[in-house]
Amino acid sequence: MKYLDEFSDPDLAGKLVDQIRAATTRRWAIMEVCGGQTHSIIRHGIDQLLPDEIEMIHGPGCPVCVTPLEMIDKALEIASRPDVIFCSFGDMLRVPGSEKDLFRIKSEGGDIRVVYSPLDALTIARENPDRQVVFFGIGFETTAPANAMTVYQAKRLGVKNFSLLVSHVLVPPAIAAIMESPTCRVQAFLAAGHVCCVMGTEEYPELTEKYQIPIVVTGFEPLDILEGIRRTVIQLESGRHELENAYPRAVTAEGNKAARAMLEDVFEVTDRAWRGIGMIPQSGWRLSPAYRDYDAEHRFSVTGVHTAESDICRSGEVLQGMIKPHECAAFGKECTPRKPLGATMVSSEGACAAYYLYRRLEVTHA
Amino acid sequence: MCLAVPGKILSLSDRDGTLMSLVDFGGIQKDVCLQYIPDAVIGEYVVVHVGFAIQRLDEESAKRTLAEFEHLGVLNEEFGDGFEIAAKQAGVPVPGSTATTEVKS
Repeated sequence: MKYLDEFSDPDLAGKLVDQIRAATTRRWAIMEVCGGQTHSIIRHGIDQLLPDEIEMIHGPGCPVCVTPLEMIDKALEIASRPDVIFCSFGDMLRVPGSEKDLFRIKSEGGDIRVVYSPLDALTIARENPDRQVVFFGIGFETTAPANAMTVYQAKRLGVKNFSLLVSHVLVPPAIAAIMESPTCRVQAFLAAGHVCCVMGTEEYPELTEKYQIPIVVTGFEPLDILEGIRRTVIQLESGRHELENAYPRAVTAEGNKAARAMLEDVFEVTDRAWRGIGMIPQSGWRLSPAYRDYDAEHRFSVTGVHTAESDICRSGEVLQGMIKPHECAAFGKECTPRKPLGATMVSSEGACAAYYLYRRLEVTHA
Repeated sequence: MCLAVPGKILSLSDRDGTLMSLVDFGGIQKDVCLQYIPDAVIGEYVVVHVGFAIQRLDEESAKRTLAEFEHLGVLNEEFGDGFEIAAKQAGVPVPGSTATTEVKS
């Protein structure tokens, strides 16, 4: 129990662990969908505090990791153009494309800017009317309201030199895809609290019913995750499969109605390829026809992108929960956060980076 | 990027017809769009995602979460300079900084 004293409330953490232990009578495999939760679980050793019967499988919920390679290569091509100011969240800078990354393009003279909010990119566009300003709009349902509002404002204010390179992905179709996989071992999910802040929880009962799995919405802090696992185990042990909201301080059933209305207006659902996983039907958003003029893929016809993934990187299997990061032969050897082969080693929400940061010594000497 | 951080609304403003606010995240202040929580008032706590408030949060929960994030160093990752963070991770200077010319990538 070496980690318990690092919790903000060690007594409560200890009680939750005891309750999970008392409730567990057999083996269960639980997937946390969200990369932020993966990071927290590994950092705090939550998986090591749990009884041996409970396995945490790390899911595909790191948006940086699942943005398709083709989209990264398109971003790199657009960002290299002299008339373009390419704006991005900082997390994307070192995600490997087929040959380079955005950080490299910047060092080669590309005008790449890291912004906190996509609205900052719109401001840059208004200040530079003779340049094309492109924002790399990636992420799950959490970042989508910000990107949707920014495109809406660009249209409303007539900022014609702004466009969005869109690669949004959605959580519920990913849960369905994981459950449909013939190799699926997942018996329950922790759903991502902040996705549900926006979207609410109405999409999930259909999944609990169809796949007979408990889904428990929870947050990112260690105590939230322990409480989520506790409720999940109790459902599993009693044979129930329901949606439970263990994060009511931030999540309501209906989510944020204003944000959902904006998402409905600006985006439409589309098939989306997930890096390392492949095509998942109806699993992403693209700009709806009314906003197509602001789509960077339409504005810059990028052709001749030939994608090439690393031959030895197994991040796809990591993202699908089929292997743990250290089971990849390249882990900590050819592949480190300094020289990442796959996106899962770059992002702080990637499972490989989390294992490298907090588990490297244990797993390589095991 | 993918983390929502609670903060306290310090002031409200209208920018080109968009409801904006200044929000304090444990000492770091940022412009935050309030279009999705349009009835929020000064002094309230909101959960903020990439510059957009997406939910309200009670003060006690917000303060506890902020303290936890600060302790974990998460706030720097969210609000720090993206190029500096990436350069540190890569073990190279920030592109465009004076030291870059000495490095062959």
